[in-house]
Amino acid sequence: MTQNNKKLKNFLINSVLNNNNSVKFNDEEKNNLQILRGEKTDKTLIYIGAGTCGLGAGADKTRAKAEKFLAQNNIDAQIIETGCIGLCAYEPIMDIHLPGFNRISFCKVTADKVDDILKNIFELSVPNADILGQFTSDSRAWENINDINEHNFFKPQKRIVLQNCGLINPVKIEEYIAKGGYSNYLKAIKKYKSTEICDIVEQSGLRGRGGGGFLTGKKWKFAANQASEQRYLICNADEGDPGAFMDRAVIEGDPHRLIEGMAIAAYGIGASKAYIYIRAEYPLAIKRLKIAIAQAQEYGIIGENIYDSNVNFEIKIKMGAGAFVCGEETALIHSIEGKRGMPRPRPPFPAIKGLFGKPTIINNVETFANVPDIIKNGHQWFSSIGTQGSKGTKVFALSGNVKLTGLVEVPMGTSLRDVIFNIGGGINFDKKFKAVQIGGPSGGCITNENLDIAIDYDSLIKVGAMMGSGGLVVMDEDTCMVDVAKFFMDFIQRESCGKCIPCREGTKRMLEILQNITKKPINNSEALERFNGILQLERIAQTIKDTSLCGLGQTAPNPVLSTLKWFKHEYEEHIFERKCSANICTELRTFNINVDACTGCHVCVKKCPTNAIIGSPKSAHFIIEDKCIGCGTCQTVCKFDAISISK
Amino acid sequence: MKIEINNKWVETFEEETILEVLKRNNIHVPTLCHIKDMLPTGACRICVVEDADSGKLIPSCSFPVYDGLKVKTHSQKVISSRKTIVELLLSNHPDDCLYCVRNGNCELQSLSDNLQVRERKIRGNKNHHKLDLSSSSIIRDPEKCILCGRCVRICEEVMEVSAIDFINRGNKTVIGTTFNEGLNTSSCVNCGQCIMVCPTGALSEKKHFPEILSAINNPKKQVVVQYAPAISVSIAEDFDFKAGTDVNGKLNAALRAIGFDKVFDTTFSADLTIMEEGTELINRIKNGEKLPLITSCCPAWVKYAEEFYPEFLTNISSCKSPQQMLGAILKSYYAQKNNINPANIYSVAIMPCTAKKFEGQRDEMTNNGYSDVDAVLTTRELSELIKTFGIDFKNIEPELTDSPHGVRSTAGKLFGVSGGVMEAAIRTAYFKLTGSELLNFKVKSVRGLKGRKEAKIKIDNLELGVAVVSGLANAKILLEEIKNGRDDLHFIEIMACPGGCIGGGGQKINADENALKERMKALYIIDENETLKVSHKNPEVIELYKNFLEEPNSHIAHKLLHTTYKKRDVLL
Amino acid sequence: MLQNKAKILDKNQISRDNLIPILQEIQEREGFLSKKAITEVGQKMNLPTSKIYGVATFYNQFRFEPTGKYHIQLCRGTACHVLGSATILDEFEKQLKIKAGQTTSDGIFSLEIVACIGACGLAPVISVNGEFHAKLEINSVKEIINSYRNKSI
Repeated sequence: MTQNNKKLKNFLINSVLNNNNSVKFNDEEKNNLQILRGEKTDKTLIYIGAGTCGLGAGADKTRAKAEKFLAQNNIDAQIIETGCIGLCAYEPIMDIHLPGFNRISFCKVTADKVDDILKNIFELSVPNADILGQFTSDSRAWENINDINEHNFFKPQKRIVLQNCGLINPVKIEEYIAKGGYSNYLKAIKKYKSTEICDIVEQSGLRGRGGGGFLTGKKWKFAANQASEQRYLICNADEGDPGAFMDRAVIEGDPHRLIEGMAIAAYGIGASKAYIYIRAEYPLAIKRLKIAIAQAQEYGIIGENIYDSNVNFEIKIKMGAGAFVCGEETALIHSIEGKRGMPRPRPPFPAIKGLFGKPTIINNVETFANVPDIIKNGHQWFSSIGTQGSKGTKVFALSGNVKLTGLVEVPMGTSLRDVIFNIGGGINFDKKFKAVQIGGPSGGCITNENLDIAIDYDSLIKVGAMMGSGGLVVMDEDTCMVDVAKFFMDFIQRESCGKCIPCREGTKRMLEILQNITKKPINNSEALERFNGILQLERIAQTIKDTSLCGLGQTAPNPVLSTLKWFKHEYEEHIFERKCSANICTELRTFNINVDACTGCHVCVKKCPTNAIIGSPKSAHFIIEDKCIGCGTCQTVCKFDAISISK
Repeated sequence: MKIEINNKWVETFEEETILEVLKRNNIHVPTLCHIKDMLPTGACRICVVEDADSGKLIPSCSFPVYDGLKVKTHSQKVISSRKTIVELLLSNHPDDCLYCVRNGNCELQSLSDNLQVRERKIRGNKNHHKLDLSSSSIIRDPEKCILCGRCVRICEEVMEVSAIDFINRGNKTVIGTTFNEGLNTSSCVNCGQCIMVCPTGALSEKKHFPEILSAINNPKKQVVVQYAPAISVSIAEDFDFKAGTDVNGKLNAALRAIGFDKVFDTTFSADLTIMEEGTELINRIKNGEKLPLITSCCPAWVKYAEEFYPEFLTNISSCKSPQQMLGAILKSYYAQKNNINPANIYSVAIMPCTAKKFEGQRDEMTNNGYSDVDAVLTTRELSELIKTFGIDFKNIEPELTDSPHGVRSTAGKLFGVSGGVMEAAIRTAYFKLTGSELLNFKVKSVRGLKGRKEAKIKIDNLELGVAVVSGLANAKILLEEIKNGRDDLHFIEIMACPGGCIGGGGQKINADENALKERMKALYIIDENETLKVSHKNPEVIELYKNFLEEPNSHIAHKLLHTTYKKRDVLL
Repeated sequence: MLQNKAKILDKNQISRDNLIPILQEIQEREGFLSKKAITEVGQKMNLPTSKIYGVATFYNQFRFEPTGKYHIQLCRGTACHVLGSATILDEFEKQLKIKAGQTTSDGIFSLEIVACIGACGLAPVISVNGEFHAKLEINSVKEIINSYRNKSI
């Protein structure tokens, strides 16, 4: 550690974290804090959004290009990797902060655009590039550039959980502290009794962001009230819902917020040991988390007798090994214990008897990430945001056929229409909206007629969906809802742990029934089977719902029941007309040869896997519908565009 | 505390589950994954009942009662859910009941019958798995497995063997050994307790019917049969007798009716075992050799030791088990005396045990190239055989065993229950050391079905420390104590199956709850009622020593009646 | 290799909750879980191998055969599905002439379907040895394969 760093650390610890409002900062210190907060800079900084999505879009190439530019032009600037600001569709995102100027943010900065942008900026002119906006500060503004918060994507948002994501250097604890981080934890352990922490969180109305929506503070009290030598706190970062990635983004972009939230929670329930159960599929998040934990140790946030409070706190990372069911609390506990991740019956609930038989509280990343600001601003502040029954904000992961994919944090009660059409910019290629799937495989779909409801835990349940972890997969008119149901059923039956009979056998049967209706029956017995299956579908679904052991099973039929409710006509079309209007179910497609365009070249005849095409050379060919399996090979190989899908 | 069941209030205790309350009140709710006295896993969901307030279905096996709880055990919702669950199971089941070893004695079958499943409404692709015939004792048919997990739990929690576990996930889940290979590559000790808890035909014993029948029908062969001490008090249950009825005479008659040429009682060689093992114990004590001595009668225990505790192999008595001793005598002394070529003797043993099938095939269990025993049948298989031969067991006239090797003491008979070997050995050791008989003969402290019993027996100046364990999990605890320095024990009896051979893995499946106790009582009553209570007074044993074996632990006794053990390399 | 494994085993306190981390570390170093590795872990941890195998087969992450030099993980999350990951998968299977879960006979490629990688904003996505390729189209499949094939020569 250099002399300067040591000095900075001492300053942060003694004057910022231990500050009881008595210490006055001198000018140098004020200046340092402003720099750490990113309000000004004394050297040129280039921020590159290097979350998983940024990297996927080529952020590493962008970075390499920028480095090369700096070297070639002998410019002294520092490149900083940040997490994701939430606008995945516009990655890679590159911000430039020149001394004396506002930080300015460019998007879609692929490597080829780097040179031009940097060249212009260093000449203090605004390049002709995609600009998200500038960050207003006391420094000089770039002309004719809007503040970033005026951008349509950001304007309607209210960012609590995501407030630092994409802005700060996630692996620099100093920045987090300068922005007020960890002082909430110290406030908690110094000013409040642990029961008061539970009270505050309960009064704030914070509900678990992982799915069920149980009152967080109330849950903490269950564990806190158990007499036990040891209690455990677990952060569920096994974000398994396909279509949800807010936990990843928070950890990649602002890992210290999670650690602080967990530290406060641990104090609240009286646990000195905590685990973060995180998916192995998130290597970058794990890496940053490890660094952040080490930094927190260095700053005495994690360790023994923290800031002379007699409080101990320790965090261990456990990597999940790939099992969706481990999002279920008891399965997750088994997994940490080194066992097969199979749920067990509750009661006893983990808050009473959890990890290693001790009282255990499990919350997800977003839940913990809300806690520091609740302590900071008080429960009234938090409960003033949101709706009657659902307080605060919710982060949604917007993906699918929507223009602006990414992470969106809005107050509870915002309508889905706002989220999709206002923030998300509407449907790709201006196609028609069909439905949005919310809550992943346990959730349901919401159609146009319900898009205006104010989203909260309870309103979603009323329309047959659920909050889940907040994945929003937008589907346009070209989506087949039977196929979507089949997709979720396939997912669930592969991820079923196999312990209880209804889920293990039932989800497989439901999948098979859906598979059968998305293909043509080959003979009479298959046709009968297909029909018989449909008759059993709802009965099986109901039994799975009623009798499964865990939440995964109990909600497994939801996507089918929900699509059946809203898109019954699509099912009927598949079943009775053996047709898929969206042309997604390839095995139901029939093809037609345009006799005028067909030259009789015979290529399709040779390539057809089922010998379904007849015709003599040089004259127009025909497709025998009964033999055709709809694979589309003929259409692909036809050089004369003579083959099309029958409507 | 009270709860309401089907509109009737009943008293309950703290921390009881709904299922326990239902059982106490004689309300039957079906279960599949539940095992009495073990923690519920809640896997099968067949025991669900309806919470009358919320209308939700809750698993009665794991749900603790609370004051004011109202449940309905057979509401329409409950019955139709149970029925769908069974139909779902059947949709992935071979459906070949007529050919199944458990036809008529299958929990899935009777469940489906009780729920009136009369039509294949739910169909789908069935999973296919290979039949595992690799073990010499146990056959596994994973296609019939409904994954209730009872076998896994017995193997782990009662036996501490864990030869099998769940493999894979979801619909691909299967129960199998490490790497899903044959049972013979695993640490399976062949105890057969998994068969005892299996609700379907997924686990069964390896049958030896064709070989036995062809031997019986081969005029050149003399087919001899012996049966274990526990058989005569167990088999009656299969023929509508009350559990624990002793049908020794009928058993002899039935075996002859089937076509066995000579019928002997393994209890005879149990007495022989006591002579050999008792002498070994006294010698080890007198000569300061390795102690404690541990019994070797139970082949599942012996294999367990060879795999998990090779350091104890020198503690195990070198005596063969009674089955192998009698087998060896029949193909040597008996053959010689009756002028039969041992090659023409086909020796069958009826055992309450599946591990005996494995024991019979061990390389060590031969003499002059002849296996001591050629085939082993379980109690269950004998019942089947009696039925195949159309024998009216209930009314058949009792007969005596063949002699010699038929007379037995009641001490030998006690071998059938946990603690019996110990009691018989103490009686004889007491006599050998003091020259007088043990007062009353009874050693109460080693009696009963408890998994672990210990006693200090005063024999003159010697305070003999003894321990009796059944259930290998109990054995493990004791062995660990000894490894950690415990040294007050001279003699230990270990039986793999809980309760000893009366609870063996070859016994009747789905026997009634009290059967074990009744079988045990029957053995104690025999001991109470008969006069020949000690092995060393068995006249045929005495004669055998006089005419052939010379004296216990003699050279020839060692050659025929003793064996060796070796460390086994299996996948632990 | 063996020495490495011994280290992994010594380093960890060998209580049951270390099982999954140990298996993960072995797979990280050796690419898959061999029978030998599982047996050794059993001995060192004093845990029945049936339990270890049971745990390992429960989780998607563990493999029991070596992967190819380039391990292609194709995301089958919802967003990827809606944007056509099924056809991308077909194309990979067609181009590599293997099914998901298999390794090419030359050992260069292996293909695996994985649960959502959390890059839904860039769907459909694959990751090759941890390197992401986003917003895939059918035509890009061949290019990607060729670029790695050329690297391997």
